[in-house]
Amino acid sequence: MIYSYFPGCTLKAKAQDLDTYGRKAAEALGVTLEEIPEWQCCGAVYQQATDEIATKLSSVRALNAAKEKGQPLVTICSACHHVIKRVNEDMKENEDMILRANNYLKFDEPYHGETEVIHYLEMLRDKIGFDKIKEAVVNPLKGKKIAAYYGCLLLRPSKVMQFDDPENPTIIEDFIKAIGAEPVVYPFRNECCGGYQTITDKDQSDRFANKVIDSAKMKGAEMIITACPLCLYNLKQNTRDIPVVYFTELLAEALGVKEQEG
Amino acid sequence: MQRIGVFVCWCGSNIAATVDVDRVVEAVKTDPNVVHAENYQYMCSEAGQKLIRDAITEHQLTGIVVCSCSPRMHEQTFRKTAEAAGLNQYMVEIANIREQCSWIHKDKDEGTEKAIILARAAIAKVCLNAPLQPGQSKVVKRALIIGGGIAGIQSAIDIADAGYKVDIVERTPTIGGKMAQLDKTFPTLDCASCIVTPKMVECAQHPNITIYAYSEVEEVKGFVGNFNVKIRKKARYVDETKCTGCAVCTEKCPSRKGRNEFNCGLDTRGAVYIPFAQAIPNVATIDATNCLHFKTGKCGICAKNCSANAIDFEQKDEIFEEQYGAIVVATGYQISDVTKFDEYQYTKHPDVVTSLELERLMNAAGPSKGVLVKPSDGKHPHDIVFIQCVGSRDISGRGKCYCSKICCMYTAKHAMLIREKYPDVNVHVFYIDVRTPGKNFDEFYRRAVEQYNVDYIKGMVGKVYENEKGGLTVQAVDLISNERVMLDTDMVVLAAAIEPSDGVKHIASMLTASIDTNNFLTEAHPKLRPVESPTAGVFLSGVCQGPKDIPETVSQAGAAAVKVVGLLAKDYLVTNPCTAHTDETMCNGCSSCERVCPYGAISYIDKEVMDKGVREVRRIAQVNGALCQGCGACTVACPSGAMDLKGFSNKQIMAEVDAICK
Amino acid sequence: MNNEKALAEEVVSFSGTNPRNCMKCGKCSATCPTFEEMDLHPHEFVSYLASGRIEKLLQSKTIYKCLSCFACVERCPRGVEPSRLIEAVRDSVVGQKGADYLSPDRIPERLDPDLPQQAITAAFRKYKK
Repeated sequence: MIYSYFPGCTLKAKAQDLDTYGRKAAEALGVTLEEIPEWQCCGAVYQQATDEIATKLSSVRALNAAKEKGQPLVTICSACHHVIKRVNEDMKENEDMILRANNYLKFDEPYHGETEVIHYLEMLRDKIGFDKIKEAVVNPLKGKKIAAYYGCLLLRPSKVMQFDDPENPTIIEDFIKAIGAEPVVYPFRNECCGGYQTITDKDQSDRFANKVIDSAKMKGAEMIITACPLCLYNLKQNTRDIPVVYFTELLAEALGVKEQEG
Repeated sequence: MQRIGVFVCWCGSNIAATVDVDRVVEAVKTDPNVVHAENYQYMCSEAGQKLIRDAITEHQLTGIVVCSCSPRMHEQTFRKTAEAAGLNQYMVEIANIREQCSWIHKDKDEGTEKAIILARAAIAKVCLNAPLQPGQSKVVKRALIIGGGIAGIQSAIDIADAGYKVDIVERTPTIGGKMAQLDKTFPTLDCASCIVTPKMVECAQHPNITIYAYSEVEEVKGFVGNFNVKIRKKARYVDETKCTGCAVCTEKCPSRKGRNEFNCGLDTRGAVYIPFAQAIPNVATIDATNCLHFKTGKCGICAKNCSANAIDFEQKDEIFEEQYGAIVVATGYQISDVTKFDEYQYTKHPDVVTSLELERLMNAAGPSKGVLVKPSDGKHPHDIVFIQCVGSRDISGRGKCYCSKICCMYTAKHAMLIREKYPDVNVHVFYIDVRTPGKNFDEFYRRAVEQYNVDYIKGMVGKVYENEKGGLTVQAVDLISNERVMLDTDMVVLAAAIEPSDGVKHIASMLTASIDTNNFLTEAHPKLRPVESPTAGVFLSGVCQGPKDIPETVSQAGAAAVKVVGLLAKDYLVTNPCTAHTDETMCNGCSSCERVCPYGAISYIDKEVMDKGVREVRRIAQVNGALCQGCGACTVACPSGAMDLKGFSNKQIMAEVDAICK
Repeated sequence: MNNEKALAEEVVSFSGTNPRNCMKCGKCSATCPTFEEMDLHPHEFVSYLASGRIEKLLQSKTIYKCLSCFACVERCPRGVEPSRLIEAVRDSVVGQKGADYLSPDRIPERLDPDLPQQAITAAFRKYKK
């Protein structure tokens, strides 16, 4: 299986683990992730205003690059996934956006949302299958109680994201089971970590992160995993006694490829 | 040459404001078949009808066209008018220039032009009309009630009391429905089972009522006055005629994993069970999916312990047929799926329950014997939060767009009952609006607030989560003070939206009765015919038509019964003469018409036919005029044009189309 | 029509959502994680804009407190999507000349070695034009 891959800025800098382990694990599972050439930052925020276009063009370029290769586009970072998925939805439905974006970008052939955007976790669930991953696991993380932290961007708005049940998601829990560990379900797994306030109001994001951590600990979690660099940062900043790691790191560990040369 | 009269109605300003009625009259007068045309303010009034009668006599009219409102409104009126003047009633055509013209146009010129076109089409058709004579069909004096809740029970008793036979078909093992599950009823707080079980007994004992419990309607054929219904009696694996309801088998059964439906799954039951002590019929039922005998071939403890020898593992579903003159749909409701609203943790925390589950927790015959306890640990709660409108008034796609109507009142009831019985328990109700129209309803709700100190907080709850004490925290906003509310509580009760029972869609399609986008059955007229379906002979009782409480359900059940009795009191019904017939020389015996006929009115016979001088035996379609309802499906399906409909012949339709396209 | 009403209507129109679908249940505010930090709350944004009032919203610090976590969007029973309205008001404020909420000068003092790039990018997207 060969997929186009959009790593995004953070995965090239502060969240290299998320990227490196993701690539290693994919390879171990027989998936080739082809990084889109000359991709540009997604902008980290999806602008909701109906007349907004400029901030969405970089996503359209990435989407069109995947379309030209005839490959689904895989993302890992929650923010990139959120932005690119929503822009793609706009490129399917919003006539005004379709017209203006295509007029501006002038591709060989207009882009109409043809690319399938999937998050790495969706690739594991829908393309590879958690039962296949279970078979490929060489170091099952037996007995480890792991809490999935979803945050906001993967799940909501569910009408567009179509990622999982927004109030009762199971995809990361199923992933945790597949790598042999025990999922811990806790009430704040789909509440906000305060992410976007990190720069402007750190106290606030700290308070939110603590709520998430306390909620996970209350249910007996020994570790928290996430797909979002900013969530990871906020949670890590506020805890010393419980590790917070990227899901790709655990996957690489379970598949026995964590220490391999990348 | 026909002599046609055209009568254009103003309908006050309803038509006249958007259609120039004088111009319509002038325009139709140019038609060579029209010998008279006039307009009048209200053609349906006695004065208007007199104009028509006089014109028929004076101008010796052979047919009339009335340009007015929808034929659903006044076709009958004008047909009677024509008959009174000696004109066959099928020589009347209505041009609908109100609903299909004046009401939807703003521009008078456009409206007028369209009205003229519609009038011309009707004139073209009436010129080809022929006098028809209606026939008669016999009325079967027996009614079928689908659903044995309080709605079905009340309709059955009222019809039976009027002297007609009634059968109740109920898909669960007992009648009684949701009402039998309730603890107390608002606004009088009388015990639900104390008032519903006597009615259940009355049904069982009534000489005119037969109960088919654990049965389902399988197929419906026929038409008003003469429905032919197949009913499936599902295998209970217990001989109803032998079982005494002693319940020994239910106690001895070693399989205890069946979901106890009557207690909303709050506890389990044996594989052989009687839903509750007052069940009617009071006989056991074996649930084969949980029964060890059906799973392993062994066990059989129930059979060994049954002194009446009633257990019958070999029993099979039985299908039988019965004729009915009328059918009452009383399929009721179910609680909608609250798992979609998991911000309230219903699937995650056992102490988050629905209101119906709370009814069982408070009921003396419930899983906790009427002692209110937390499902998680069986301990007494000290604080309870009620959340209103969960899934009601919701257009996001998760819930129902309508108000479920009963929740405000039953929540006030729950709150009051809890405060009365357990004064130490704090009760909070988060509401959006408190809706209490009804006799003594608002007084009831106010009593909860003023006398019982129930804490009503305006604002929907945003999130419920488990706190470090293992209890629940409710996150909300008090919209009156505009302040955050964070409430630690022991139980959360969700007033979940109600929705029509699943299966109602299937029933509706069997009955060709229409349902709305929420699966509620549609009334023939929302105000004037609220208990009748648009399908003749099908009546509506209870929540299958829309959310309603018990008093309203009982009133509607009685109203539906009166309509049924009115129908069954007739020996014969006048049948529609606009039925299909075959041109024998054109029919090629292909059976297309037979396949599409929804009434089973078409059969085939071998008949000697004289065609172009040749006499031969051919297979041709024959229409049973008593069964045919004139729907016209066969005329469209017929590939050779042999099928035609009296009063709506292919020729007439083409003449209308030609007139419109001219 | 006065200026305030016209501006309110313009902002609503490019928000892409309709505040008149609101039934005033307050669930947006009830579910909002940052309610306590706000001077005017999500339900008030909806209510103000539905009645053509915007002046107070333009002054409100709420527009910088909304987390874009979409909890209100997901849980609103009426599909109103309050976060769109808050964002639309914020856009109309920071879109004015000299009205940036976040200036690049303020960034260095907030940087720490682990802070992901996405936080900085997002902050500029939201608070500066």
